[in-house]
Amino acid sequence: MEKKQNFFAKNKTFTIFGILGIIVILVAIFAPVVTGGIDPTTGVLTDALKAPSSDHIFGTDKLGRDVFARVIYGARTSLVAAFCVVAAAFTIGTVLGVLAGYFGKVVDAIIMRVADMMIAFPGMILAIAVAGIMGASIQNAVIAISLVTWPKYARLARSLVLKIRDRDYVAAAIVTGSKTPYMLLRYMLPSAITTLVITAATDIGSMMLELAALSFLGFGAVPPTPEWGLMLSEGRAYMTAAPWLMIFPGIAIFVVVTIFNMLGDSLRDILDPRQE
Amino acid sequence: MVIVLIGISFITFALTYLAPGDPVQAMFSATGVMPTTDVLDQMREDMGLNEPLLVQYWNWLTSCLQGDFGTSYQSKQPVVSMLLARLWPTIKLALLSLVIMLVFAVPMGILSAVYQNKPIDYIVRALTFFGVSVPNFWVGLILIMVFAVNLKIFPVISSGGDLMSLILPACTLAFAMTAKYTRQVRTAVLEELHQDYVIGARARGVPERKILWGNVLPNSMLPLITLLGLSMGSLLGGTAVVEVIFSYPGLGNLAVSSITAYDYPVIQGYVLWVAVIYMVINLVVDFSYGFIDPRIRLKR
Repeated sequence: MEKKQNFFAKNKTFTIFGILGIIVILVAIFAPVVTGGIDPTTGVLTDALKAPSSDHIFGTDKLGRDVFARVIYGARTSLVAAFCVVAAAFTIGTVLGVLAGYFGKVVDAIIMRVADMMIAFPGMILAIAVAGIMGASIQNAVIAISLVTWPKYARLARSLVLKIRDRDYVAAAIVTGSKTPYMLLRYMLPSAITTLVITAATDIGSMMLELAALSFLGFGAVPPTPEWGLMLSEGRAYMTAAPWLMIFPGIAIFVVVTIFNMLGDSLRDILDPRQE
Repeated sequence: MVIVLIGISFITFALTYLAPGDPVQAMFSATGVMPTTDVLDQMREDMGLNEPLLVQYWNWLTSCLQGDFGTSYQSKQPVVSMLLARLWPTIKLALLSLVIMLVFAVPMGILSAVYQNKPIDYIVRALTFFGVSVPNFWVGLILIMVFAVNLKIFPVISSGGDLMSLILPACTLAFAMTAKYTRQVRTAVLEELHQDYVIGARARGVPERKILWGNVLPNSMLPLITLLGLSMGSLLGGTAVVEVIFSYPGLGNLAVSSITAYDYPVIQGYVLWVAVIYMVINLVVDFSYGFIDPRIRLKR
């Protein structure tokens, strides 16, 4: 117990933003409780475009839906989607990268050439094209962004594995009869995992931004899903008449992304002291 | 390099196959006519869509190499001329935003590094943190609201013609980049400041200002060049969101509207062009090292 307290006292930034991150996740999970049972997708047309008041603290949109409820429920969409992207890119990239680094030769050549091709497209372009052509939906946006993100993890995992691939202790383990799956799981993966987890943690925020951008362009979430990028895009037409439609989703993105960026950064400081 | 190019072109081509509908129907629905099945079948045959995938790819690739990217389903114009018309506005926008970014990022980064852990450093770091966490399309919307709608200084819709209409989109793009670059400049300058030769120069009584301007800054600018190259590449594609917000007549805007209209030749042309330009820029950056840094030239 005492040791734990020391850890949290020593890493104040991490503790603070960890708690904030947990709060955001809890808010997303318990969205119905937080919003007091207001449904984010049903609106009262007579209440359309009402300015923030005590009834609707963030105001209402063009269909009379409560913006506060939509912002809170939007956290669900954004968090789930961003976690999915990071998890998918992390898993695919790590597996392929470790395999490429460990086996070398043909396996390495094939995997890394494919990664090179994906990297040759500037980030958002391919994501926009893939998401757009497959049709707008949050799943397709997740697939599109994962597709362009995994090579980063694959390259990283490969370079980390290559660093230890030719060490004597690895050779010794192979000579003494360690099986290949055991080698991969006990030697290769652990040597790479810390750096990869740090990268994944720092990526959550930027993935959220990319997902919001795709939705904003109309290639992500489809109405009436409450999603921040989509809400900004819908609110754009009422910029002067109802600025709250743009302000609150924007602030929501900013706050949540900041929390996860800070969390990622402080995690890096803890796990990787060399960076300091 | 060649393999990557072939791969890129294949991925670009295969994009069409991701679509749920078929291109012939998309082509007709783009023009707003609903043809009979006979006409559709005839069109498929004429366009070579009944051939195996690899044959189709080969035909497409050879005509691309001859500079023929097909014609747009929507406007019936050749894709090449459509892309060319949009290329220059996007380059203009990208260059201006790079300039704006450098004007802010370099001084801020240097100040922040030289006065490390002083108030000014904290302010700059807080600002950069703000910059990377804000979605740039939101910045764009806020800028429109404040400067175009309320203050009426700039036009809401950027025709791309004059400088005034370029400023807001360029600032929007520069905003997020400035944050990233300020951090990079800060890290690079800090690293350089901790080199032995700096301590040596200080010990010999060389004025601090001379160390900074004569040695530290020129040496720390090298990593910046790489980044600039990469940014130029990703800007060509990454301007899409900002172009849409400002209705700017650039490549990104064209791509987004083509995707919504299932105008495949334009999408393919766009993706391929941007990928190739991106590759060429990376290559140029690699070669430029030798000119900038004599150490690398000598090693070769």
